[in-house]
Amino acid sequence: MLDATSRARLPARPGVGYKPQHFADILADAGPVAWLEIHAENYMGDGGRPLAQLRHLAERFPISVHGVGLSIGGEGPLDPDHLARLKHLCGWLDPASFSEHLAWSTHEGAFLNDLLPLPYTEATLARVAAHVAQVQDRIGRRMLLENPSTYLDFTESEMGEIDFLAEIARRTGCGLLLDVNNVFVSCTNRQTDPAGYIDRFPHDRVGEIHLGGHDAGRDDAGAALLIDSHGREVADPVWHLYEQTVRLGGARPTLIEWDNDVPGWATLAAEAGRAARILDPAAA
Amino acid sequence: MTPQGQFRAALLDPDLPVPSGLTGPAGRPARRRFDIYRNNVTASLTEALRQSFPVVRALVGEEFFIALAIAHLRAYPPASPLLMFYGQDMPAFLESFPAARALGYLPDVARLELALRQSYHAADADALDPDRLRALAPETFLAARLRLAPAVRLLRSDWPVLSIWRANMRGAAPPRDRTAEDILITRTEFDPEPQLLPPGAASFLTALIGGATVGTALDHAGAFDLTATLSLLLADGAITDLITD
Amino acid sequence: MSPTAKSLAVAGSLAAALAAQSAAPARAEGAQEKCFGVALAGQNDCAGGAGTTCAGTSKVDYQGNEWKLVPAGTCTTMKLPEGRVGSLTPLDRDLPKG
Repeated sequence: MLDATSRARLPARPGVGYKPQHFADILADAGPVAWLEIHAENYMGDGGRPLAQLRHLAERFPISVHGVGLSIGGEGPLDPDHLARLKHLCGWLDPASFSEHLAWSTHEGAFLNDLLPLPYTEATLARVAAHVAQVQDRIGRRMLLENPSTYLDFTESEMGEIDFLAEIARRTGCGLLLDVNNVFVSCTNRQTDPAGYIDRFPHDRVGEIHLGGHDAGRDDAGAALLIDSHGREVADPVWHLYEQTVRLGGARPTLIEWDNDVPGWATLAAEAGRAARILDPAAA
Repeated sequence: MTPQGQFRAALLDPDLPVPSGLTGPAGRPARRRFDIYRNNVTASLTEALRQSFPVVRALVGEEFFIALAIAHLRAYPPASPLLMFYGQDMPAFLESFPAARALGYLPDVARLELALRQSYHAADADALDPDRLRALAPETFLAARLRLAPAVRLLRSDWPVLSIWRANMRGAAPPRDRTAEDILITRTEFDPEPQLLPPGAASFLTALIGGATVGTALDHAGAFDLTATLSLLLADGAITDLITD
Repeated sequence: MSPTAKSLAVAGSLAAALAAQSAAPARAEGAQEKCFGVALAGQNDCAGGAGTTCAGTSKVDYQGNEWKLVPAGTCTTMKLPEGRVGSLTPLDRDLPKG
C-alpha cells in the first residue's frame, strides 16, 4: 500500500528550510546543505515563480515536503480539498519525504496559522491515528509526524507525549520527525528533563530531525517560558541534545529551520555545517 | 461549544477567559501561556496581511494598518491554509470599516493588490504565435474568440487606482485628479504588471473574457483605441490562443 | 459601423498592433534570470503574498485590549478634498507618534 522503495530518500546530512531569497546562493554554492525542505502550502498555487523555482531545485536536490496546514489533530474531518492539493503536490514533485505536525490549526473552516496543542487522551489518539492513516492512504506514502512545541498542558491528558507519538506510529506505521528544539522548548516549559525525553524517544521510528532557534520569556509565576520562534541560531543546549540524539539514534537527515528574521545564506549554511560535523565527525 | 471551538474563540477574542482545562506546570494557571498562542495567531496573520497589502499599508500608515489587520483577521480568519490568497474579504471589510470610509479608493487598491497576487500564482501559459494573427482575414478575426492567459486580470475603478499604486510602489508622482482608471494585469514570465487601459477598452475585454467573439466584443464596446489595446495584449503575451470555429 | 467598415478598421488595428510587436526588441534576453530569480528589488517582490509559518513569535504583543483603532481625528487628515484624491504617498509620518 505504502510504496517507499522506488523513490529517493533524504540523505542523513543537513538540509535547510528553503527561502526564495536564497535561490541564487543555493545554486551557486549550497555548501554543506544536501537537501531542502518546503512548506507544502506555499507551493499550492497554479503556476508562476514559486513552482518554477521548486521544479528547478528539485532537479538538483532531494526535497522534503513539510505541511503546516493539514490540522491533523483537528476535531473535525480533514479538509478533502487540502488532501487533494497535497496528493497533487506529492504526485508531481515526488518528494523524498512528507511530514506534518501533531497539532491542529483549523476549526470549522477557519485556519489559525499556528500549531495548536492537543490533550493526550485515548480519544485524541484514536482521532489523530485515523487522520494519519487517512493521509497516508490518500497520498499513497508513509508520512512522518512531528512532536510539537507546547506552552501549556491539558488537565485531561492521560499519557505522556512520547507514549502518544509511539502509539500513533505503531497503529498507523507512520514515521516520526523528532524536532530537538521542540523537545527543549516543551520540556523547559513543562519543567521536565529534555535529556530524559531524548533517552526515551523511539529513535528507530525517526526519519528526520529538526533544529531551530527559540526565544526566552517568563510565565505568570516567573518561570522560564520558551517560544519556538525559528528566528535565530540553534541554542547550545539544543546542540547538546542533538549530539545525544545522534549518539542514540544514529545519523538522520537534519533540518535547520529559520523562518523569522531570515539571515543571509552564509549564516544558514554555517548552521548546517555545525550539524554536518555532528552527523559525521570523521568528515569534519 | 467543543474544546477546540472554545480554544479558537478565545484565541480570536482577548476579552474571553482562558479556556478551562489548561494548565502550567504543577497545576499553575496558564494565562500567559495561552497568550502565546493568542499572540502567534494574531501576529502571524497580521504579518500575512502586511505582506499582502503593501500599498494599503503605505496609504494608511503602519499603526492604522495593524489595527485594521487585527479587526479584519478577527472578523475574517483565513478560510484556507493557502495564506498567499488570504485577504479576499479585505475590500468588503474596508468598505464597512468606519475609520477607513473616508478613503474611498482603499477598497479598490486592495482589489488591485489581490488581483496582482492571483496573477502571480496563476498557471503558466505560452503566448499565441503572432504569425497566426498575421495570416488572418479580417472576417475570420472578427468571428474568432481569443483565449487570454490565466494570469490576466481586469480591474475597473472609479478612482485613479493604478496611479496610486505606482506612486507607492514605483515612486511615480501621485495623481492630481480623481479620474477613473481601468487596469489590465498581464504577466510576462513571472512578474505581474498592472497597465493602464485606454478608455473604453475594458468593456471590449470584459466581453472577450466572457467568451464573446472579437466582433461581438467590439459591438459591446463604445469607441476606444483598438490598436493600443491589441498592442498591449500582444506585447505581454496576454493572448494564448485563437479559436476559430 | 457597416460590416465592411468594421472589417477594415479591425484589419488596420491588428496590422498596426502586429507591426509594433515586430519593431519591439525580443523579450527573451536574460530569460534564465527572469525565470528563476527573485523579482527586482522594489518591483513585484510583494506580489507573491504571505507564506505559512510553523514558528511562533515573541516579537509582537497584539493580544489584550490595549489595541484601539487610530483615533478618528487621524483619519480626517486623509479626507478627500472635493474632486481630488489628496495625499496618496505614505501617510504614517502624519500619524501621532506614540
